[in-house]
Amino acid sequence: MEVKNDKLVRMVNISKYFGEVAALKEENFEVGYNEVVGLIGDNGAGKSTLIKILTGVHTPDKGRIYFKGEEITYHSVERARELGIETVYQERALGEQQALWRNIFMGREMTDRLGFLQVKKAKKETEKILKEVIGFTAAGLTPDSIVGRLSGGEKQGVAIARALHFKAELIILDEPTMALSLSETKKVLNFVKEVKEQGRSCIFITHNIYHVYPAADRFVVLDRGRTVGEFEKKDVSLGELVDKLYLVARTGEIS
Amino acid sequence: MEGRNKMESLSRGLSTRKPKEKKIKMLKHHLKLSELKLQWSIFAVLAALFTLFIIGDPRTFLAPDIYYSFMSTIPFMAIMAIAWTPVIICKEIDLSFPSIMGFSGWVCLAVFTSTGNVTLAVVSSLITGLLAGFLNGILVVKVGVPSLIATIGTMFFWRGAAMVCSGGFGGSLAAAKGTILFQILVGRIGGVVPAQALWTVAIAFLFWLILNRRKLGSYIFFTGDNIESARMMGIPVNRVKILVFAQLGFFAAFAGILANFEFLYWWTTQGGGYLLKTVAAVFLGGTSAFGGTGTIFGTFIGCVIIGSLEAGIISVGLTGFWTQLIYGLIIVISVSVHSILRRKT
Repeated sequence: MEVKNDKLVRMVNISKYFGEVAALKEENFEVGYNEVVGLIGDNGAGKSTLIKILTGVHTPDKGRIYFKGEEITYHSVERARELGIETVYQERALGEQQALWRNIFMGREMTDRLGFLQVKKAKKETEKILKEVIGFTAAGLTPDSIVGRLSGGEKQGVAIARALHFKAELIILDEPTMALSLSETKKVLNFVKEVKEQGRSCIFITHNIYHVYPAADRFVVLDRGRTVGEFEKKDVSLGELVDKLYLVARTGEIS
Repeated sequence: MEGRNKMESLSRGLSTRKPKEKKIKMLKHHLKLSELKLQWSIFAVLAALFTLFIIGDPRTFLAPDIYYSFMSTIPFMAIMAIAWTPVIICKEIDLSFPSIMGFSGWVCLAVFTSTGNVTLAVVSSLITGLLAGFLNGILVVKVGVPSLIATIGTMFFWRGAAMVCSGGFGGSLAAAKGTILFQILVGRIGGVVPAQALWTVAIAFLFWLILNRRKLGSYIFFTGDNIESARMMGIPVNRVKILVFAQLGFFAAFAGILANFEFLYWWTTQGGGYLLKTVAAVFLGGTSAFGGTGTIFGTFIGCVIIGSLEAGIISVGLTGFWTQLIYGLIIVISVSVHSILRRKT
């Protein structure tokens, strides 16, 4: 069995069928250490199937998954989280009616020996996270602010900050800029940069190339269940990438 | 068309006043406005109400007797309302607790009459309540019946069970009077303060502690707020819900036991009148019917308001016919105020 240590995640020859329909056909997908990968493709291209396999929601019909060079057997949602793979869904990440500090520690509350919540400590930590990761202090947010009053971009920021705080190695953003305004999108891109600066990796799923281009190091284009193109940002300009995507949409091939 | 124009002009208006709005927003964040405001508004209603009572009938409402009387009668409802609050926060509902109170009350009576052992009677009654509540939880979580429907079913079932088991007859617990447990549960402290009032305060504190200072509290809030994200963050939402139903059964039984000992009699209809008043008290207290938020403080004050309204209305000189009308008025107004406060913040 070949073992490589140079990638954070390697998914090899992954196939997944839903009945007769092949959602993924012998797909190979990698994420490097400290790399931001833009995963691009239309609806039904297989992006979410690929991610759901990686996060343990679906089991692949064929193929292997390696994390830090070690093959993952018995993959599950819990296992993925233990490994440090965290998904940030736009609508499903936070409890909107709860305070920020509760959301940051949601499901991972800090307690003392008697099992009581360390509220003060949690608020202090939250304050720190707000300042360092999100740079929120200007907006007048405090750990007691109710999350529902944050903007869409800020909410994503909180979810990303939470993942970073709990040492996620790989943060998966599922369509993070959908339905966001221009300035909000910019905020999200800054959070992605923060992920990169902290030495972690990120998969940025989108069908909008304009949103992912500034943030990603590498682009993977999926179409009908397989990779049709892979580009390093240094090798391809935005214009070229857009042209290639049009080509894929028309023909299903990139060149 | 008109609505749209209005919206547009509104949003334009907002954008020109931006700096001011930002300042207000900042203030609001700092003050945690909505929660505090809700709690103050309900407290203000209580204060206003008692001011009215005192003005209307100073002789009754400036003497301690009426308050001792409230302290002996409000706890039955208040304990159940406190235990009902987390169910609502969890975005579920339970209509069966008055019936569980009735049936557990019968178990208490039956065990006591056949064994003469008060402790055994109390313990078996509490276990009955806990199991009945647990059953609700199983029906909702494991079987997948919507809680409204499941608990309408168990509401009829436990009331029916109480009728069948008792043969439609109530029973006296007079022999329990004077036992130590009787003193602990419903005795009069210092000869005047009903013990059940202290139990209620203690239970309220316990629930406040759990909701605000325990992991379980966080779990309850998140389960009601956004069950998908709670699940994703590893919160055992199913267990939380079952537990929340089970504890309500337990405390309904406890309320039944208190009522048994306070009146030294069990009626087949025990608990029957508490459903709507409890519901009213909880929503009056600012707990959201949409789940995710609610306070024990609010529920507690809501119970005092609902529990003292009837006596107040009559002492002020209105006939009993006014009671329901005023109940309705207070509930509709306060729930509307809550909704408006929530929307604005």
